[in-house]
Amino acid sequence: MSALLLQLGQILLVLALAPLLTGWVRLVKARVQGRIGPSPFQPYRDLRRLMLKEPLVGDSTSWLFRAAPYVTFSAVWLAACLVPTFAVGLPLAPAADLIALVALLAVARVWTALAGLDSGTAFGGLGASREMLIASLAEPAMLMATFSLSLVSGTTQPERIIAFVLSGGVGIEVSLGLALAALVMVAVAECGRIPIDNPATHLELTMVHEAMLLEYSGRHLALMELAGMVRLTLFLALIGGVFAPWGIAPAEAGPLSLLIGFGAFLAKSFALASALAVFETAIAKMRVFRYADFLGGALLLGLLATIFLYVSEAV
Amino acid sequence: MGAGQIAYDIAHLIGATVLMAGLQMLYQRRLFAVINTFVFQALALAAAAAWQAHVQDAPHLYVTAGVALVFKAMIVPFALHWLVEKLAIQRTVETALPIGWTMISGVGLVALSILLVLPVTANAAALTRESLALAMSVVLLGLLMMITRRNAVTQVIGFMALENGLILAAVSARGMPLVVEISVAFSVLVAMTLFGIFFFRIRERFDTLDLADLETYRGDRT
Amino acid sequence: MLIALALAVLPVLAVLGLAAGRFEGTHRLVALGCAVVSLVLLVAGAGHLLGGGPPPAMVLPFGLPGLGFHVRLDSLSALFMVVVDLPAAAAAFYTIGYASHLPERRRVTPFLPLFLFGMNAVLLADDAITFLMAWEFMSLASWLMVVSDHRLEENRAAGQVYLMMALFGTLCLLGAFAVLAGPAGAWDFATMRAAASGAAVAAVAPLALLGAGSKAGLAPLHVWLPLAHPAAPSPVSALMSGVMTKVALYALVRLLFDLVGRVPWEWGAVLMVIGSLSAVLGVMHALIQDDLKRLLAYSTVENIGIVAIGLGLALAFKDGGEPALAALALVGALYHIVNHATFKTLLFLAAGAVQAATGERRLSGLGGLLKRMPWTGTAALIGSLAIASLPPLNGFVSEWLILQALFKGPSLPPWAMKFGVPVVAAMLALSAALAAACFVRAYGIAFLGRPRSLAAAQAGQHPTPATMRWSMAALAFLCLLLGAIPVTVTDVLSAVVVPLAGGPFQVSADLGWPWLSPVGATRGSYSGTVLVLVGLALFAIVVVVAHAFGAPRARRAEAWDCGCPEGLLLPETQYTPQSFSQPQRRVFGSTLFAAVETIEMPEPGARPPARLSVRLIDPVWDGLYRPLFRAVAAIADRVNRLQSFTVRGYLLLMFATLVLMLLVVAWRQRS
Repeated sequence: MSALLLQLGQILLVLALAPLLTGWVRLVKARVQGRIGPSPFQPYRDLRRLMLKEPLVGDSTSWLFRAAPYVTFSAVWLAACLVPTFAVGLPLAPAADLIALVALLAVARVWTALAGLDSGTAFGGLGASREMLIASLAEPAMLMATFSLSLVSGTTQPERIIAFVLSGGVGIEVSLGLALAALVMVAVAECGRIPIDNPATHLELTMVHEAMLLEYSGRHLALMELAGMVRLTLFLALIGGVFAPWGIAPAEAGPLSLLIGFGAFLAKSFALASALAVFETAIAKMRVFRYADFLGGALLLGLLATIFLYVSEAV
Repeated sequence: MGAGQIAYDIAHLIGATVLMAGLQMLYQRRLFAVINTFVFQALALAAAAAWQAHVQDAPHLYVTAGVALVFKAMIVPFALHWLVEKLAIQRTVETALPIGWTMISGVGLVALSILLVLPVTANAAALTRESLALAMSVVLLGLLMMITRRNAVTQVIGFMALENGLILAAVSARGMPLVVEISVAFSVLVAMTLFGIFFFRIRERFDTLDLADLETYRGDRT
Repeated sequence: MLIALALAVLPVLAVLGLAAGRFEGTHRLVALGCAVVSLVLLVAGAGHLLGGGPPPAMVLPFGLPGLGFHVRLDSLSALFMVVVDLPAAAAAFYTIGYASHLPERRRVTPFLPLFLFGMNAVLLADDAITFLMAWEFMSLASWLMVVSDHRLEENRAAGQVYLMMALFGTLCLLGAFAVLAGPAGAWDFATMRAAASGAAVAAVAPLALLGAGSKAGLAPLHVWLPLAHPAAPSPVSALMSGVMTKVALYALVRLLFDLVGRVPWEWGAVLMVIGSLSAVLGVMHALIQDDLKRLLAYSTVENIGIVAIGLGLALAFKDGGEPALAALALVGALYHIVNHATFKTLLFLAAGAVQAATGERRLSGLGGLLKRMPWTGTAALIGSLAIASLPPLNGFVSEWLILQALFKGPSLPPWAMKFGVPVVAAMLALSAALAAACFVRAYGIAFLGRPRSLAAAQAGQHPTPATMRWSMAALAFLCLLLGAIPVTVTDVLSAVVVPLAGGPFQVSADLGWPWLSPVGATRGSYSGTVLVLVGLALFAIVVVVAHAFGAPRARRAEAWDCGCPEGLLLPETQYTPQSFSQPQRRVFGSTLFAAVETIEMPEPGARPPARLSVRLIDPVWDGLYRPLFRAVAAIADRVNRLQSFTVRGYLLLMFATLVLMLLVVAWRQRS
């Protein structure tokens, strides 16, 4: 029973924390750029404002346009419920491993792209086309990183990888470093952050994700934005959990371990979010046709991570 | 996992950083980015040499680290920056092979090196399997860079990257003699190559190497 | 017995179709008959598959003297009967409504029952002669339907290529069976199985790969697929793509896993390499197509490649002494076969419905069809999501199983496998991601947005016939079902796989029913059932909460388009299919297709539009087949001179041959 409560707690936690993390990223970015910046709670206000507005849909769109925000958000939320955040051993965790997680995020992306095409405008097609290019390169890269992680730890379940790393089964392993690099590059691409996509732009030349959402308004737009925020939280939790798992509460833990786990999760997420903000400020967005070099590099890093394991005889 | 294991792990991590810098150099399209990445590789090499000096208790390796730091991370990049600016060498890297294929070849060469070292037993006394694989990969990547780039500056950098790999192998082998002498000799060789480019470009630009004629371009004489 | 009766009905239907083709009702009757027969066969096959028990076998009295027709229904055949007859029933049912749209009905309807007969007979055959005869029957019947619309030049050319490839394939299979039969001429499978020595593998394996691979559509023998499948009418294309390719894979599985003894892992590696190349090549071609049916044909090539990867991996594991992992890979491959038969048939039927409603097959003339054809659109949506391997649909489960098997690949001893498996995994992942992009493009441009032509805008005026809608709905439901209860399906497949892989296979290990955890409880698990249930719950919560804020209902208005003025938002401003795939064409196409884009800009102030043209080559056709044809033509020219010798020349030829043979005799006498 308590495990079920913990699972519910996680489901609500990722939802509640997501806007705060996005707000934090914006605040740190602003400060690094020499501005004062908005309050980190501003995204909550934005979402509430959007929820109260009347949504408009284009007159040539079909039911898919109206259903897509709900489906996208549900898929991302479901994926976020499956990633270990403050505790492992939650009852839903065996339902999906890393491969299924990647695929759930793909569901969200495909529905968003379809919605973009359904809007019947050039911008929708633009966003959908570029998004599918990014997807076709980022997914294989993430799968190769998963491959190397599974070779090292013997499993593809995130919580068992965490358990393996915590048990000291692996030292400072070169392959893990390479897998981390690949995963970070993929996370940047999936969350639509610089250098792949600028979440704050609406210029035709630079839009990817925003272009697909251009026709949305009201609660539809709120759900799409929230989906993006939850996606960011998911990746921060994944990277922080798998590569720095110290502090996560083990299965059937007492209240103190849970508190420590919660605190560790918050600390790691905010630290990674700050790092992301600094990283975004430090480099520029790349041209669309450089995505292949960037994400192809991530794919090759994942491949290298796998191959390196042979020489360090971890296989 | 004793102290020896951690020492090896850190050595391999630094070696992997040298290798990643080598791959990153193949990825760059701008000349200054290539030079900066080379600086990073030289710094990593210095760190590797210093760590090996600490672990193997071989103080002469600190000299190698110092040579790598001063010469390769400071003097040569500075000289190259100056060359590129003064002689107005074009700043984009001309590639003989598209960057995607270059990266794939690079990864293939790393896989080849790993395949080659596999018959070596894991507990080889002087040099561990992983260090040998890393060093050989760096050498091969340096060669690949020399083959797939057309600018003279990038070819020199490729040559120096190749040499970095050899130095990496030399410092990782326990008790290898004459490491310092080898590194100094290579550095002199690189300096001569740089001078060679320098003179070649001067002659190409001004059609003469005669210092008397060149002095007339100095500009502050009538 | 039931099966024999059902099969006997089919030729009767064919004769009926031939004789009474003038009447409208005959075509519907024949289609209905085919549907009923397929359902009966499906039930029989499923009954044996789920019920188990010893395989019933029979020897029919006709056929070659001294041999007879051996037929046998073991679990593999039963599984493939389900794979063949379920889509066949759906397609036949569909044809009842589609018959009025068939361009040359009288040339198609008689051969459909014969096609079904051939396919089922291949699955039931228990000796090589029956097998080959049924195989040829299947090829000929489908060829007749491919060239049915013979007035189009491209259909005739497609028929030619198809016939050549079919003949080539049968020849290779004949060679493979001949080697297996040995000098004693034991053509029946039971003897081959018992005598399985593995010594003949070096000859059998390449012949089997060439023969079955050409029919299945493995690169580089896939070139007939994108020509023949679009040429045939839609229900027939659905069967050729979704079902006939599976029969070819059945031949491959039967030969390499059942009849031959030990297959060395090198052949598994070859199969994996061919599979990954087919997968990437197929999906890249699909991404640049404008013709919907050609796109679907190339996508078939891709999926067959994925199955080949699974089969190759199973061979390698089997030889490496890991029967449980071989079983895993084989189950993944078989699951993908079942899935692909379902969703590919569905997609082709939907394409047929679109063509019937609009007369358009090109993506650049479609659009906005989801609003106008809701049933077809929704069914096609489910099919597209399934083929893009998205959870919780069925395509994802087979992809997941094959990936889990690949992730265990490095445990094989040979170093070629240790280095090759990650590369194959990368290519599989790449092709899966590109397939998602391909079907977002295909579905999005065909069914979403605004209509790009008048025909598309008028699509909904005549509603799609009920039988067409119901058959598509049934297949779509099956996609959902196969994805939601993966453990049940893998349980059924494991029973089939055990004798082939040589070892047992645990589907849900320690975790129990809804959790699919094939290799071990800790290794990796997936539960389609749980994801569907929790996902629906979350969806419901989201809908309720989002509406609880009290905002008004969604209102329809003209699209904003960043402030485009009313009346200027034309359908032509939307993305065309070629625009959508331009990034992939730029990134991958420049190497694979030698794609060159040229832009002709008019002078400033001039009226003509700018033109973008793309020049592509087909690497297999231009790299392999054209030089081959040129070489054959050159040789033929040389040999042609034999036709015009003088009398003295022919006498010289005869004399030379005689002398040569005498020399051979003399040489042999000496040694």
